[in-house]
Amino acid sequence: MSLLAFSLVLFSICLAAGALGSLLGLGGGIIVVPALTLLFNVPIRLAIGASIISVIATSSGAAAAYVRERITNMRVGMFLELGTTTGAVTGAIIAGLVGARALFVVFGLVLAYSALQMFRNRHETAATDVPPDRWADDLRLHDHYHDEAEGREVHYRVTHTKAGLGLMYVAGAVSGLLGIGSGALKVPSMDLAMRLPIKVSTATSNFMIGVTAAASAGVYFARGDIEPFIAAPVAAGVLIGATAGARLLPRLHSRSVRGIFVAVLVLISVQMLVKGLA
Amino acid sequence: MNAPGTPPSGQPPDTTESEEDARVRKVEIIISTVLRVGVVTSLLVVVVGLVVSFVKHPAYRTSSAIRVAVVHGANPYPHTLGGIIVGLQHGDGTAIITFGLLLLLLTPIMRVAVSIFTFVYQRDRTFVVITSTVLAVLVTSFLLGRAGG
Repeated sequence: MSLLAFSLVLFSICLAAGALGSLLGLGGGIIVVPALTLLFNVPIRLAIGASIISVIATSSGAAAAYVRERITNMRVGMFLELGTTTGAVTGAIIAGLVGARALFVVFGLVLAYSALQMFRNRHETAATDVPPDRWADDLRLHDHYHDEAEGREVHYRVTHTKAGLGLMYVAGAVSGLLGIGSGALKVPSMDLAMRLPIKVSTATSNFMIGVTAAASAGVYFARGDIEPFIAAPVAAGVLIGATAGARLLPRLHSRSVRGIFVAVLVLISVQMLVKGLA
Repeated sequence: MNAPGTPPSGQPPDTTESEEDARVRKVEIIISTVLRVGVVTSLLVVVVGLVVSFVKHPAYRTSSAIRVAVVHGANPYPHTLGGIIVGLQHGDGTAIITFGLLLLLLTPIMRVAVSIFTFVYQRDRTFVVITSTVLAVLVTSFLLGRAGG
């Protein structure tokens, strides 16, 4: 296979990764890393470098649309970035000390855990009767968005803001370690702890993951982990895919978004555990 | 209890609230535009770099040896600012791609930087401090990256 053919195949895969990532707030790295390592035998170090690019591309492409459509809760996103960025720096620094095999196992376990939590919570809907939270009140995090699928304005109140911030630090550290945006952790944290509606969680996760990834991107870039001919088709494919996917989210029902999210997590978690433990 | 921005039904929205809403809307458009400009610019530069590379190096289109080298990181590429600048001066496709990727990496950082000003505009001191802290962490991390590399 020539470099040109490789670029075109990778570009096509990344169109799908971008579309799915923008829907689920996952950053697409979750498809890019296994695709590169399993299909093309790319070393995990370069695969993670490319996935950093994928995460930033998904985030920037999707967030541009979600912010304009007011699905993103920007105040929640910007507040939680305090946790994700400091976590990401921590993770990127320790990443050099952990072996590839261990990374696969950690990656797999993290995803399995997220999937289980999201599945358990499948009957929850956007609520306004959440426990009162002074931080959410003071920071004015409560908001509303227009749900196109339901044809109504959905009002929601935010809770457990402090716990959310702590979870974001962990999510940031994991993403610094593994090169994924760890939307896989961010979405469940916002969903289960802070009780945001699922679409707001995925859109706000999309908003944040680019910044989380950018916090460790400097480290990866300087280390030479971002190979331009691997990263370029990824960037192009994911950007176009994410822009397309962002048109779809408003029209999907929350239940469907949650279902796809759980299914994707289970699938890739199994894949990565097999790779790490085999 | 009403969420911010929703006046009780039957009453006209008071001026301060609708003014605040207009500001929020303006900020959303600004942030969205910053992201869009970053995304489109970097995509264009990356595509130009790819086209230059494949036109200049016929082997990239035919040889599988090059692909194997690339996939294992054995094909040389710049990963310092200086390296990119030298490459750009020579019209090197790889350097153009890397420059485009760097623009993409900088897009979320630009978004954070611009949000600081939007919170100043919204007179929201708490969020000016929060967003400035995030930017400081991002800049520190980039500097750490250079020192560590």
